Amino acid sequence: MSLSTIEVDDVRHEFNSETFRDDYTFSNSPEAIARFPFPFDRDEYMYAVNIEQHMPGPPKSATEFPIDIDEHYVAEMADRARVLKEDPLRCQSLPHMLMAEWDLLDLLMTSMARDYPRWFSLERDGRKWHWINRPLGIEQRFVFGDPTTLPQGPMEYVTRQCQGDFCLLDQRDNNLWLDAGIVTSQADWSLDFDLGMNFIEWHGPVPLAHNMNIFDRALKFLMNLQQGRPVRRLNWTMTVNPRLDTSPENYHRWGIDRTTVTPENVGDKVHLRVELQALWRLPRSNAIVFSIRCYLIKMGELVTQPKWARRIHRVLRDLPPELAEYKGLTNYRAATLEWLSQYDDGAPTSPGFYPD
Amino acid sequence: MSDIKSRPIWGRIRPVAHAARHFVCCEGSSAARHVAETFSPNAEALKQVTILYGNTDRNEEAGHTLDALGAEASLHYPTRQTLLISFKAHLKRLHMGAQIYLCGPEAFLNEATAIAESHGVLKEAVQTELCGANARRVQCVHCKGLIENVAYTPIACEHCGVNLMVRDHYSRRLGAFMGVCVDAEAPGDLPARESF
Repeated sequence: MSLSTIEVDDVRHEFNSETFRDDYTFSNSPEAIARFPFPFDRDEYMYAVNIEQHMPGPPKSATEFPIDIDEHYVAEMADRARVLKEDPLRCQSLPHMLMAEWDLLDLLMTSMARDYPRWFSLERDGRKWHWINRPLGIEQRFVFGDPTTLPQGPMEYVTRQCQGDFCLLDQRDNNLWLDAGIVTSQADWSLDFDLGMNFIEWHGPVPLAHNMNIFDRALKFLMNLQQGRPVRRLNWTMTVNPRLDTSPENYHRWGIDRTTVTPENVGDKVHLRVELQALWRLPRSNAIVFSIRCYLIKMGELVTQPKWARRIHRVLRDLPPELAEYKGLTNYRAATLEWLSQYDDGAPTSPGFYPD
Repeated sequence: MSDIKSRPIWGRIRPVAHAARHFVCCEGSSAARHVAETFSPNAEALKQVTILYGNTDRNEEAGHTLDALGAEASLHYPTRQTLLISFKAHLKRLHMGAQIYLCGPEAFLNEATAIAESHGVLKEAVQTELCGANARRVQCVHCKGLIENVAYTPIACEHCGVNLMVRDHYSRRLGAFMGVCVDAEAPGDLPARESF
């Protein structure tokens, strides 16, 4: 079912019209720059189990609400639809994960309707649910728990309407198993390849962190995750061009972009890519949702905040070589550093993430 | 030895005394000889043993060694594909309490363990041992094509032609290592070939 054009037009203008491929028209408004989840609270970076409670952040920040919907929403959902059309393996769920899928649908619809009532609404009458998504022009009545009443599986249905990649982790045998997910805006990992792996296995390729017992400690922590007490962490990498779909599946196509960076185009081409990762314990299935919400910002946009400009220059400059290699920065790190150095006068930076 | 955590670790096959049934699937003559050596001291158990043998290197003598064990059944197949078709058919009829023994080259173990897993066999019920080449089974992450018996890296994908680096990252579900484009950022520039 779709809503009338009038109702959709009413809210559509609140979202950017932009692309994450081909002509790459993506950009951030000044408001989006101000709320960007900058991931460095000091002038250097090393792995840490940087997990904290997913508590509401300041008004208008990326963590004000549990699920963040921003100006890129409509364009990101269009990009996801296109990825899925070209490669259905980006969305997979093992048969025992259906209850967790309904849990996810409940979590996302409930959060979105509560925190963005202008855009989404949800009415529940027992198992009969009525969902309205105004920005995308969708109206759906369905029976909670009955997958035949939705056009796709519950996970795919709701995540085609929510920013961020989502994985559903089953907990058994003292481990967490990546048994379902929708992954279309990933930093170079493959859901199809990793599906069915446990927590330690799917983090296998990450350098250094295993020796620091990062994953053993994180796993232990997550196995004890409590319902109603979600947690979050920030992760980051860099991406050339604002491409959401930096999948290994398409790496043979986008990898060459990393050779196109010159000192002249750094400001527009090189992006900091931040993942706001959050984890929730689900009530019915006892599974865990692992959401990976991607935020992109051009170097040219980032340096409008002088503190961030100085800090990112120092972080990139002092990054251990293994991490630079793992994050795929080798080909354009030098050009990026040279460009950023003009914004770093050596002045001290204030502690914490937020701009001055 | 790689310290990648998803890398499979193969063990040694040892007949389990209390198993209700024993089900052996092996490929290649060195695997056949090893199975014969391992099971021959267990004459009593052999009445409950079914052996599937892939005679992939055309070694009739090794096959005879298996037949001479006196197992309940000793069945021979000409290729890996025919061996594994039979393996699947037998798995569907296997009862609880059966112990499965897989023995052969790495690429065979990659595929056979994935088949067992997809048929819901518990990993405690499967023993494995590498016997033969350590050439791997690889999936091209770009076209999803599976490549059998990959002995070195990099290698051109036999399906889509992309030059692949074989990473140590391994999927038990797919029974394959991951192959990822190696020259995306410098087309044609390939690192020196390394054998596994």
